Amino acid sequence: MDFKVLKSFSYQLGKIIKGYNNRSLYINLNDYSIGEKEVTEMMKDKFIGGKGFGLWYLWNAVTPETKWNDPENEIVIATGPIGGITQYPGSGKSLVVTISPLTGIPIDSNVGGFFGPYLKFAGFDALEIQGKSKEDIVIFIDGDNGKVEIMDIDTESIDSHLIAHALTDMFAKNEEDKKNISVVSAGNGAENTLFGLLNFSFYDMRRKTVRLKQAGRGGIGTVFRDKKIKALVVKFSNTRGDLNYPHDIELIKKTGIKLHKEIRDLDDKQNQMRKVGTAHLIEIMNEYDLLPVHNFKFGAHPDTKNITSKVFKERYFTQNMPDGCWYGCSMSCAKAVDGFELKTGPYKGQRVTVDGPEYETAAGVGANLGIFNPDFIVEANFYLDTYGIDSISFGTATAFVMECYENGIINKDITGGLELNFGNEKAAMELLHQMARGEGFGKIVGLGIKRMKDIFVREYGADREFLNDIGMEQKGLEYSEYVTKESLAQQGGYGFTNKGPQHDEAWLIFMDMVNNQIPTFEDKAEALHYYPMFRTWFGLNGLCKLPWNDIVPADNDMTDNPAKVPEHVQNYVDLFYAVTGKKIDAEELIRQSERVYNFQRVFNIRMGHGKREDDKVPYRSVGPVTEEEYLSRQERYDNQLKEILNYDIEGKSIAERMKVLREYRESQYEKLTDAVYTRRGWTLDGIPTLEKLKELGMDLPEVVEVVKKHLG
Amino acid sequence: MITVNGREFPYEEGLTVANLLQKKGYTFKMITVKINGNVIKKDEYETTLIRDGDNVQVLHHVAGG
Repeated sequence: MDFKVLKSFSYQLGKIIKGYNNRSLYINLNDYSIGEKEVTEMMKDKFIGGKGFGLWYLWNAVTPETKWNDPENEIVIATGPIGGITQYPGSGKSLVVTISPLTGIPIDSNVGGFFGPYLKFAGFDALEIQGKSKEDIVIFIDGDNGKVEIMDIDTESIDSHLIAHALTDMFAKNEEDKKNISVVSAGNGAENTLFGLLNFSFYDMRRKTVRLKQAGRGGIGTVFRDKKIKALVVKFSNTRGDLNYPHDIELIKKTGIKLHKEIRDLDDKQNQMRKVGTAHLIEIMNEYDLLPVHNFKFGAHPDTKNITSKVFKERYFTQNMPDGCWYGCSMSCAKAVDGFELKTGPYKGQRVTVDGPEYETAAGVGANLGIFNPDFIVEANFYLDTYGIDSISFGTATAFVMECYENGIINKDITGGLELNFGNEKAAMELLHQMARGEGFGKIVGLGIKRMKDIFVREYGADREFLNDIGMEQKGLEYSEYVTKESLAQQGGYGFTNKGPQHDEAWLIFMDMVNNQIPTFEDKAEALHYYPMFRTWFGLNGLCKLPWNDIVPADNDMTDNPAKVPEHVQNYVDLFYAVTGKKIDAEELIRQSERVYNFQRVFNIRMGHGKREDDKVPYRSVGPVTEEEYLSRQERYDNQLKEILNYDIEGKSIAERMKVLREYRESQYEKLTDAVYTRRGWTLDGIPTLEKLKELGMDLPEVVEVVKKHLG
Repeated sequence: MITVNGREFPYEEGLTVANLLQKKGYTFKMITVKINGNVIKKDEYETTLIRDGDNVQVLHHVAGG
């Protein structure tokens, strides 16, 4: 491929000390300046690493007026102090932070692949990219020779399956060397929608092909393309298990061996992550009435039998062997379909490798659209990834327009001829290709639900209230794929998130709806404190959440709190000490997260969001919006009215019952909001109090200044 | 009558833990079953009888996501 080096920067290779390089790499694309920044003790103490570092750099880069496409917006990629170890499963994650095109506030996304660890081994705890290039560029970080280059490379396409392969081939000396390359790329869809994603590559030595993992949420790929970045490439050739130069490698090994044994002995009896990955959730969610069907109206469908993990395992997933996205991860939940022949689009007729499908993709582009064809799901999965489009936002936004179409809010004239009924896989696929081309109705859907609501009201006279009820977005981000109507705690699990309704903060549906373990508001508030804080910690350290509770020790049942998996919590406490040499306990682990969590909340407030008003949720996530939905669960709803509210349903129309149920459910959400804010140390308007910030040691002057303005 | 996860459920003669899970549609594997606070091992679900008045907990643990 033709290329030209536009800027070159040399740096001294260094040595990681106890999980940190103590420096990061800063690149400004306005003028192609490249430099190093010190990672300070304050940063390590208060922000730990990963998304903590990303949020801190981003805070210092932007102002309250900064929009996603302003040059000062940044993309920050960082692993964390534990990231890059190879002895404990799930330790190769990268955390990506930017101001989101969808929400206008910081988004963070946690992704596998080799980039984060290689960046760290190349000498940097984080990569901070600011500014906007005038021409398409590739950034190459050569961790073998201590060199960073901004390059103009003539690539055939920016679609990820092509550019990731091409750049891996270009920068590797030979086949053996390909494993030392990782590419970050987006695609044509990322350029033409607001929910573009980033693909992080790793080279699969068995398949001899480049695999892709996704930083999916919030439009990070859109920011990437707006900055005219075609790709980031990192090269590092001497990966070893001790490169973090940890404080106590024997303790890491001991902790890792314990978990490897658990996975080996128990995974088959538990979630079978090694065999089917997260796809096992498809049938479970359907059986518990939690799988989104037809824009979250329903929680199950008889045709789900056609898209279960058994179907994917028997007919699609190839090689049938454990498959990980970072060295040493015996959980190995990555799955792929080899030799899949595409039936549509620009790559029609080609045979490709498809990573996945994972649960969210199968649920989002399958069940939620009323499409129960596994061929469609695999094909959509491929195109979503290579185009750089988030499958969750695509699925939820398309489900929304399908419901609008079926309600006559939009019609064929508006959609350019697409008959967007639920189940129309041809129309859904065409919509996806339009997004990549930046054409037609796909361009509108690619703006996301929040903006579509405005357009449909303004241009087509749609009823704003109805769209607010059925549009499954909050803070501008599309919901991920779980039905929450019967779990108040999970309504909050989505509603009170910092970045918008993604389930990575808390997934409390079983604990609440099925187990009935957290019946009071205080119980729910405690869960909505502990779990979001605990799970935030993975993103500070470069870790994956799955080895925490998708595998549990054989005697976990006998512990005081099986849901927390106490032995694994202790593993993380031990790992943090073993890498950094800093002693913590399970309480301090939560406090580490609380510091960053509250900082992110204040960051949202600084950007004009993040208060109580922003934590409200669409009614579709709380209860039945339409009579059709009420009737689908009539017995449950009638009983609730009778038993909880003492409401006599005799002679009452469905509309009257729905009204009473809605008032009740919405009041419950408000009460939950009060309880959660109180537990988190926030005012009833959702603002962290000065006392709370002081208690956490997060009363930084710039943070206090923002909070004071809003405390009145 | 028995209690399952804090809610009443009809008792019937010869009800085992395995029967109860089937009746409730509890197909998820990552669960802990307790009867009156005592954990029942998974290999005893088929043979453990539930008695009238028992307090049964079927705790589903979070996974995935």
